[in-house]
Amino acid sequence: MRPPLDFGAFVRRHGGGDGGPVVQPRMGFGRPAQMRAGLAATRRANATTVGTITLDSYTRVGEPDMAARALHEGAELNGYPIVTHDAAVTGAVLSGIVDDDFPVQIRHGSAMPRDIFTALTALSLNATEGGPISYCLPYGRTPLEESVRNWAECAERFAGLRERGIEPHLETFGGCMLGQLCPPGQLVALSALEALFFYQHGIRSLSVSYAQQTSFEQDCEALTALRRLCRALLPTDNWHVVVYAYMGLYPATDGGAYRLLGQAAELAAATGAERLIVKTVAESRRIPTIEENVAALEYAGAAAAATETMAGGAPADSETYQEALALIEAVLNLDGDVGRALLTAFRRGYLDIPYCLHPDNAGRARGYIADDGRLRWAERGALPLGRGGPGGDGGTGARRVTSAGLLADLSYVRRTFDTEPLKPGDTQGRLGAHQ
Amino acid sequence: MSDVVPRPGVVVVSGVASDSHTWNLVFLQLLLEELGYEVVNLGPCVPDDVLVEECERLAPVMVVLSSVNGHGHQDGARSVRRLRASQQLVGLPIAIGGKLGIHEKDNAAHVRKLLDAGFDAVFADGDERVVDFQRFVRALPGGAPGPAVDGGVPEPAVDGGVPR
Ligand code: B12
Repeated sequence: MRPPLDFGAFVRRHGGGDGGPVVQPRMGFGRPAQMRAGLAATRRANATTVGTITLDSYTRVGEPDMAARALHEGAELNGYPIVTHDAAVTGAVLSGIVDDDFPVQIRHGSAMPRDIFTALTALSLNATEGGPISYCLPYGRTPLEESVRNWAECAERFAGLRERGIEPHLETFGGCMLGQLCPPGQLVALSALEALFFYQHGIRSLSVSYAQQTSFEQDCEALTALRRLCRALLPTDNWHVVVYAYMGLYPATDGGAYRLLGQAAELAAATGAERLIVKTVAESRRIPTIEENVAALEYAGAAAAATETMAGGAPADSETYQEALALIEAVLNLDGDVGRALLTAFRRGYLDIPYCLHPDNAGRARGYIADDGRLRWAERGALPLGRGGPGGDGGTGARRVTSAGLLADLSYVRRTFDTEPLKPGDTQGRLGAHQ
Repeated sequence: MSDVVPRPGVVVVSGVASDSHTWNLVFLQLLLEELGYEVVNLGPCVPDDVLVEECERLAPVMVVLSSVNGHGHQDGARSVRRLRASQQLVGLPIAIGGKLGIHEKDNAAHVRKLLDAGFDAVFADGDERVVDFQRFVRALPGGAPGPAVDGGVPEPAVDGGVPR
C-alpha cells in the first residue's frame, strides 16, 4: 500500500489562501456504518474538507471493554471506539474514502493514549491531536506527570512512522483547554509550548490550535501572536494554524449557532488560518447528525471564502502577544526539556487554568469577561504577568463567584449570539442558501 | 462569616466514570453552597470504587451526580447500583442530572432507567430542571440549611439565560 499523504502538507496546500481555511467537522459515531457514512458525506460536502474520527469517552479514559459492552447492549456511544473495533473493521470504514484528496484526523482527549496510538499506527493513520497538558487537565484525573510521560512516549512512537515512509502529524489542543474563561494569552502560550514539546519528541508536521473566545478583536490579536511566536520558536516550516469555532456554552437557537460559526469562519479567514473546525446547530444539546455537520461545513466554507484576509493582520505587539511571550519565556527558562519545564510551571502556578479542578492545577487564577467583551484576569495567582501589566486591570480579587454569576459569564457568548438582531442581507441570506 | 451558620453536613458532588466535563460540577458546587451545604467536589471521571469509598468515608447527607457527555444513562445506572450495594448508603438521597444520552428524544427512557437503578431523583436537561432541583433539595428530610452567607440563592438558573 502507498503511504498516506502528510496531513499538514495537504492543509497547507489547500488552506490559508484566498479560498480561506480547509474546514473540518468534530464528528464521531459508535457504529462503523454510520462513521463511514459520515466520512463519505464530509468528503462530498461542497467545501474543501478533511475528515474526522472523534473517539468516544470510554476509549478516552482507557475502558475499551465498557465501549464494547455499550455496543453489545445497543446503547449509543458519543464517538468511535477505535481500540474496541477490529482493525479490519476500521480499515473497511476508511477504505475507498480516505486518500490523497481526503486525509482524516483522529481526535480524542486522552492522557493515557498508548492503546489509541497502537491502533492508529497499525492502520497507518498519521494525523491526530493532543498534548501533555491539554489532553490531561480538561480530561480527567490522570496526574500531570504521568500524562507528560505518556505523551512523550507516544509522540516518539508516532514519529517512528517515518521509518515506514509515513509523515506523522500532531495538532496541539492547548489553544482550547476548558473551552472558556481562560484569557487568550495563556491559550496561545500553551498551544505554542505543546508544539515545541511535540517537536522535541520527534514530530515534524505540526498544527497549533486556538479556540474562538469572547472578542473578535482579541481573537485576531491572539492568532497573530500565535503565528509570530511559532515562527520564532518552531525549528520547521511544516506547521499551520487551526481555529476552533467557539468551544464553550453554545447558542441554543439555529440563528445564533450559525452567526457564531460565521464569525469563527471570518476570524479564520481574516487571520489567514489554514484550517477551521466547525460546530453545528445541535451543539448546545446533543451529538449532531451527519446532515447537521455537512450544513455547518458548507456554511463555514462559504462564509470564510467571502472574507478578505486582513492586510498586515492585527497589531503584532498586542497585549495578548506580550502576555503569551511572558508566559512562554518564564516556562522555557525553567528547564531545557519542555515536558519538565511545563511540570515545574504548573507546580509553581506560572501556568494556571481558571476553574480547572485537576489537583495538579494551582487553581488560583480566574478569568472574567470585561465590559468591552475581552477576556481578562480577575485573579492572576502566581502567573508571571505582574499586576497592572498587559492583559487587564491587575486583578482586584474583589469579585465573589456565585452560581448565577458563573453561569452569566459562561452564557455571555450564547446570550450575545442568540439575541443579536439579524442585519438585513446578512447571515439570513447565507443561511437560506443551505436550507 | 459562614461560621455563624450551623454546619448542615456534607454533600458530595461528582462526575461519573467516563465523563470529563467540569463546568457542570463547579456550577453545582456553587449552587449547593449557596443553599447552605458544605460541598465535597470529587471532580470528573470518578471511578465507581472511588465514589463508593468517598461516600462511605464522608457520610454525606446527599450525593449529586452530573453527566453531560451522553453516557450518563449508562455510567449513572452502574454507579448508583454500586452505591446502593453499600449497607451504609442504602437510604442516602442520591440525584443525577445533565445531558444523559446522546439524543434528546430518548430522555424519558433514560430517566425511567435511572430511577429504576436506584436514584431518588433524575433531572434530564430541560427548562425547569435547576429550579426543580432546588425544590427537591429543600424538600429533603431536614430541608436545606438555607442561604449560607448573604442570601446568595441565585435567580432560577434558566438554561444559560436564553430568553424564550
Ligand atoms: C465546554 C465543553 C467541553 C470541554 C469541557 C472542559 C471541562 N473540563 O469541562 C471540552 C472541550 C474539553 C469537552 C470535551 C468533550 N465533550 Co463537551 N462540551 C462542552 C460544551 C461546549 C459546554 C459545556 C459547558 O461548559 N457547560 C456549562 C455548564 C454550567 O452547563 P452544563 O454542563 O450544560 O450543565 C447544565 C445542565 O446540564 C444542568 N446540569 C448538569 N448536571 C446536572 C446535575 C443536576 C443534579 C442538575 C439538577 C442539573 C444538572 O445544569 C447546568 C446549568 O444549566 C458542551 C455543549 C454546550 N452545552 O454548548 C459540550 C458537550 C457537553 N460535550 C459533548 C461531548 C460529547 C464531549 C466529548 C465526549 C467529545 C466529543 N465526543 O465530542 C468530550 C468529553 C470527553 C469525556 N471523557 O467525557 C457533547 C455531549 C453530547 C450529548 N450529551 O449528547 C456536548 C453537548 C457537545 C455536543 N453537542 O456534541 N467539552
